[in-house]
Amino acid sequence: MKKTFGGPSIFLDRNDINTDEIIPAKYLTEVTKDALKPFCLEDLKLEGFDPNGSKLKKARVIVTRQNFGCGSSREHAPWVLEVNEIHTVIAESYARIFRQNMFNCGMLAIELPKDQIDSLFKLEQSSKEGVEIEIHLEEQVIVASNEMSKERFNFKISPFDKALVEAGGWVEYADARY
Amino acid sequence: MGQTTAEKIFSSHLRDEPFPGTKVLDLDRVLCHEITTPVAIADLEWRGKDRVFDNTKIKAVIDHVTPAKDSKTALQAKILRDWAHRHEIKDFFDVGRNGVCHALFPEKGYIRPGFTAIMGDSHTCTHGAFGAFAAGVGTTDLEVGILKGVCAFREPKTIRVNLVGQLATGVFAKDVILYVIGELGVNGATDRVIEFHGPVVERMSMDARMTLCNMAIEAGGTCGICQPDMVTVEYLWPFIQADYQDKAAALADFQKWTADEDAEYDKVLNFDVTGLEPQVTYGYKPDCVKPVKDMTGTKVDQVYIGTCTNGRIEDLRQAADILKGHLIADTVRGIVSPATPKIFQQALQEGIIQIFMDSGFCVTNPTCGACLGMSNGVLAEGEVCASTSNRNFNGRMGKGGMVHLMSPATAAATAITGVITDARTLSA
Ligand code: SF4
Repeated sequence: MKKTFGGPSIFLDRNDINTDEIIPAKYLTEVTKDALKPFCLEDLKLEGFDPNGSKLKKARVIVTRQNFGCGSSREHAPWVLEVNEIHTVIAESYARIFRQNMFNCGMLAIELPKDQIDSLFKLEQSSKEGVEIEIHLEEQVIVASNEMSKERFNFKISPFDKALVEAGGWVEYADARY
Repeated sequence: MGQTTAEKIFSSHLRDEPFPGTKVLDLDRVLCHEITTPVAIADLEWRGKDRVFDNTKIKAVIDHVTPAKDSKTALQAKILRDWAHRHEIKDFFDVGRNGVCHALFPEKGYIRPGFTAIMGDSHTCTHGAFGAFAAGVGTTDLEVGILKGVCAFREPKTIRVNLVGQLATGVFAKDVILYVIGELGVNGATDRVIEFHGPVVERMSMDARMTLCNMAIEAGGTCGICQPDMVTVEYLWPFIQADYQDKAAALADFQKWTADEDAEYDKVLNFDVTGLEPQVTYGYKPDCVKPVKDMTGTKVDQVYIGTCTNGRIEDLRQAADILKGHLIADTVRGIVSPATPKIFQQALQEGIIQIFMDSGFCVTNPTCGACLGMSNGVLAEGEVCASTSNRNFNGRMGKGGMVHLMSPATAAATAITGVITDARTLSA
């Protein structure tokens, strides 16, 4: 099923946030996605970040730096985002398996160059209410806004990744084709 | 233009190219363990597609937490076990026959040069040691692999790493790969295959080559690949002798996967390992690497020898060589997990288990155990472990714990003194 994208955002200002920080290994014994829901980013230590805070609860988009999702191949990492309705991550770069897992689940892992990620962080730092992010998948455009201003960014995703998002994920896509 | 090993494998396994640069490959192996597969099975059932594409190409093992430690891990094991039985997957390994996936599957001869393999496990890159393309994937890729026998990848780019020079005595494949990761950085090889070349690799055993390829993912690499040669043939000979007239014929066949001289690489890196010191990690990322001598004296609470990186027979021999005749420090808990039952038995026969036990080590059954902080040696907050595994992330071996990655020899020396120690300084 095709997902919805965009909404309030949370900013994680660090490179190399790994899958153990996104969902600790001790929860890998769960056999349903929903059971993961309360543990999103539980082990992430970052100034000003509270895994139990309302900001994360409201967030539908994560904005972060380089190599997000490095470490283990666990798809529990995108799932814990999925069950918390965070269907979009915007980062400078990703670990390969994590990025593929996102698209395989029909979710969006958007890559933007460093200066644009910096602009997004500036938008966040100058706001009280936080940054709202709209995703226009067809046009491949992001619109980010705070109380004062609005910025547009174009993004690229491969036609294959786009096809996965449109199909709702890789199982749907592969089943129709192979 | 010539091709790299990965490019050759991609061309020979190409099922579909739905968009330029996206290659859907036919799979020779879909490997499964009890942590990531049960969710794929549950999802397939939920979709009404509980089928497998080929039950002879699927191999499964319970290895991460085994025997089960609680009801949840028992359920995960049960889901995998029931599924394997339901689909008559003959190569399924349960308690008593099970071992760490990336040691067990190669040991059974399941991986051959030129093969494609996926597994829901990031260290699947280990199997590239045989000249195969083997990649860790998430559960959805695994699910499609189980159902359809295909997986999609981007066009492979390859970093060629030439290892030249002569390794000093007491310096091992683990030290080499830690050093290389320190140079590449944790995302230095993202979306890349790392092809290992040079005389240092040619002299390495398959055990050492697997250690090398095992950590390709710690630099972000999709797969580590070694060139198939006579060492590969010798290792696989018991499994392939019916297929070839002699070893020379097998070698000739395997070498069709060797990278061409004029293959194009994304990057070529040359490392001279002469004078390389034993290496150790110091932070929460595998690229935080230093020579052991710069960390000497750091106190540890636990020493863990085993895992898919360094739980093979040669690793246990290296550690036992150091431990022989010594007791481990009474401030240290020593734990060794031989990676497979075969390795365990071999270690028994060679007297290695005796040496470990005499020195004060606890010997566990083959399992991932402490490596991922789920059983058999979880750390308490603030504790430090010297480990032969491959990941030192914050919390990996237990919340608030610190892990220092090192070779089995360094780990053994560290167990004896209770502080991080270069094994070469002990023997004098
Ligand atoms: S030994 Fe550790 S790294 Fe290797 S497969 Fe098991 S948990 Fe993963």
